[in-house]
Formats: sequence, structure tokens, C-alpha cells
Amino acid sequence: MLNKILTSKWTKVFVFVLCLEPAAWLVWRGVQGDLTADPVQFITHTTGDWTIRFVVITLAITPLRKLLRLPQLIRFRRMLGLFAFFYGCLHFSTWIGIDKQFAWAEMWKDVQKRRFITVGFTGFVLMIPLAITSTAGWIRRLGGKRWQLLHRLIYATAIAGVVHYYWLVKSDVRKPLLYASLVGILLAWRLGSWLIGRRRHSTAGSVHREGPITAETSKLA
Amino acid sequence: MLIKKQTDLTYADVTPKALYMGRRNFLLGLVATGAAVEAWKKLPRLVSAAGTGSVPVKLDNVIKWPGSTSEAQTPIEKVTTYNNFYEFGTDKSDPAQNAKNFVTSPWTVSVEGEVAKPRKFTMDEIMKLAPLEERIYRHRCVEAWSIVVPWIGYSLSTILKLVEPTPKAKYVAFESYYDPKQMPWGSSAGVELPYVEGLRLDEAMNPLALLCVGMYGETLPNQDGAPVRMVIPWKYGFKSIKSIVKIRFVKGQPPTTWNMYAGGTEYGFYSNVNPNVDHPRWSQAMERRLGPGLGLFTKRIPTLMFNGYGDQVASLYAGMDLRKNF
Repeated sequence: MLNKILTSKWTKVFVFVLCLEPAAWLVWRGVQGDLTADPVQFITHTTGDWTIRFVVITLAITPLRKLLRLPQLIRFRRMLGLFAFFYGCLHFSTWIGIDKQFAWAEMWKDVQKRRFITVGFTGFVLMIPLAITSTAGWIRRLGGKRWQLLHRLIYATAIAGVVHYYWLVKSDVRKPLLYASLVGILLAWRLGSWLIGRRRHSTAGSVHREGPITAETSKLA
Repeated sequence: MLIKKQTDLTYADVTPKALYMGRRNFLLGLVATGAAVEAWKKLPRLVSAAGTGSVPVKLDNVIKWPGSTSEAQTPIEKVTTYNNFYEFGTDKSDPAQNAKNFVTSPWTVSVEGEVAKPRKFTMDEIMKLAPLEERIYRHRCVEAWSIVVPWIGYSLSTILKLVEPTPKAKYVAFESYYDPKQMPWGSSAGVELPYVEGLRLDEAMNPLALLCVGMYGETLPNQDGAPVRMVIPWKYGFKSIKSIVKIRFVKGQPPTTWNMYAGGTEYGFYSNVNPNVDHPRWSQAMERRLGPGLGLFTKRIPTLMFNGYGDQVASLYAGMDLRKNF
């Protein structure tokens, strides 16, 4: 039953629509003329919040599918990652078009001078190659291993996103710390499973082609 | 030849009194209904603290101050739903929600320190110390947005003179009310509370420094700093401390809440509006004016030195390096 739901085409459509909801909500509020007293800040914060949320959700897919033994979850990862990029684009273009109103020189100065913008900009730029190479064709062209290596850039984006948030708030750091701990847990899980994997490989010894025994791994074993 | 300037408005434009009164009655009806519902909800508290200033009331006999700006005013709905008042939460929309039941009566302000006649003023006394003036000021937040608000009050100097500062008094320190029971959100504000602010004595005596008891024709709403706050239009908004309980004359520069944050690197003691000195994390050259309308595509406007009040206050800082003393 669960398998059927997770592999159904309609579930994917449903999740897609669900992911669009925050953007639709913003548009709806705009139509109603209800974007708070400071629409620029409201839209910037809303799109920024959803960018980091989708980055976290995307990062959570792999741990969840392993812990819950639901390999089908992988079907949603690309879409969720692309939604992180989508909200990142909205966030970035809000800054360019609505906040800074295309004052390019001022923006470039900001990117260089203000560390929270520098790090946020970096996090966004790192998502671009991931979005471009998200297709099956690019996975084939790059080869699974290299593709996977490239897509680890999402770790950098997640860290950059959290630091960006932490550096921009005035004094109440509760929300940035919440995202920091989520990203921390998700990255720690990866580090943990990588370490365990290495240990298994090294105990398997020469049987396994991926686990060359080195001084370091033998110590671990 | 003297040419008399025609005004755009004629008597034909005057809203008929009946219509105006009709609207007024309608509004009064709305207010009364709303007030009745609200009163019912907090009946228990109202009984115990009769006459609390929770709902703004109309202020009469307010004189129009001649120095007001003619720029478009920010609608009251924006000024009452977009607040930095960390005692009631750090989101801009928090204070409007969380300050609803803030008890502001009875209220006294203690004026003390290096003065000949220290004194506690009740709110009733404060309301009557001087004629109330409506002053429409530009108000520039350090976060690069700004509003135009018709504040009501009188120059702070009025109350300061009454207590007769001694020659030792060089600065004035302000303190906000802080009650963790009424303001449980304060514990996660990220800054130390009670909120404290300060001015140099000559800044405090400048006639522009307003002791404010109302806005938009009424007493102050809770989220805007009821019942009495400062409005210092040439400084960033956070200098305009809210819900004041203490004004103290002191010898040395007093500690101020945002100046203590981040070791004084981000917010200076003076914090005069200055487009040439950036906040370390953002530029102060431009501002978003929160005016009438949706405001999504409003053009940013350049920020003015001393928020445009240089004529009145620039002399206070003659010879000072405003980059160092930001």
C-alpha cells in the first residue's frame, strides 16, 4: 500500500503542487494587498525561509529512506532539490529586483563587503551547477560517481545558508540555530554512516575492492 | 505684486457634515462594538485594573506643530502592525499580538539622578505638563525602512527643566518598563532587558526631542510604546525608547541596549541617521519608505543626513568625527 502510494505518479504531482504552495500563498497575499507593512522584507524573508527549508528537506531524503527502509523516497529528491533552487532564485531575484531595484554597482559592493551577503550569494551560486546537472542525461554524461561527488556541493550550500541566516538576524538567533542543528544532524548522520562504511570495508579486508587497507583504516578496525 | 496662492480645495470639496458625522457614528459604532467584545473578553482584568490604557483613546486640544513634514503619512495600520518591541517578541508582527493585555495604568515615570528636585510623575500629570502638539516626523529605522508618523507630545526639555538638573548632569539615561510576567518573550530577545537608552544632555534638551504620549490623534497603542515614549527624529528608531519608567540624569555616558550588543561594533551610542556611515552588515544610503499603498514597487529614497533635521541638530555635533562617533 505505502509502496503503491510512494511510486504513484499522482503522489509526485501532489508533492509538486504542495511545494508550490508557499509561492502561491505569497502571490495570493499580494493580490489581496496584504504583504505586511514592509512587503520587501516580507517576501525576502518568506522566500529565504523556504529555500533553507527545502535544502533541509532535500538533505533529509537519504537518511530517511535508509532509516525507514523506504528506497522509493529517492523519487522525490530531485524535485525537492529543484524547489530549493526555485525558492533560492525567488529570494535572490527579490533582492536584485525589488530590494536593490537593479542597482548593480551597489549590489556588487554588497556581495564583496557584507559577509552575510557574500556567504548567501555563494550558497546560491553553488546550487546552479546542481540544478543544471539534475537531469538523467547529465548523470549519464558525468557518470554516477562523479555526479554524486559534484552534488555533495549541497552540503556547502546548506552550511552557507545557515551561516547567512545566522549573520543577518539582529539578536534573536533561535531560528538560525534551529536550522543549524537540523543541518548539523543531517550532515553528522552522513559522516557517521561514511565512517561505519569505511570500517566495514576495512574489516572485509581484501575481499572488497573499495576498501584498501591503510594505516588509518586498520587502526579503526 | 503680491499674488495670493490659490488653494486646491474649495468649499465644494468639504465633506457634508451629515456624511462626515454619519461616518463618524458608523466608526464609533464599530469601535463601540469592538470595544464591547474586547471588554467582555478581558472583563476580569478590567475589573481589577479599572481605567487601563489598553485601548487608545482620542486626545483633545492638540495643537498642530508648525514644523511638521508635509510628506505622505504612513497609514496607522502599518505603524501598529510592524513594530520592533523585543519585550513582546522579535517578529515585527509579534508586538501587535502580544502587547494586547499590557497593563499601562497606573503608570509613573521617575525623573531622578543629578537633579535638585527628583520627582515621580503620574501619567495624568505628564499629560498636563504642557500643551500637546501634533508633530509629523520622519522616523528612520536602523534596518533601512522609514515611516512618517503624526506623533503627539511635547519637547522632553519641558519635563527635564522641572526637576532642575545640577551642573554635574551631562547625560540623560532612560529605562523601559520590563516585567517578565507580562513580557515573557523578552527572555529570547537576544538583548539584555530592561531596555535602556541615553542622550547627551544637550541632545535631550533639543526641542525636537519629543516626549510622546500619542499618535494619529489618540493615545499610544501598547505595541507602539504606551503610555509614554521618546521620539528622536534625527536618530535611528531604536534610540526612541518605549514605555518609559525612568529618566535619570547622570555624569557619564550611560550604557544603552543596542550599543552593548556585539561589543558596540554595530550600533553606536549616538546613532544619528547618517547615509555615509554604513551599518557593518548593510548600507544606510537608501531607505524604503513605508507609505500608503501596497509598497512593493515603491522606489527607494536616499537617506538624509540627520534624517533631514540637520538645520536643527547639526550644531550639536560640530567638530565631532561622526564616523568614529557613529
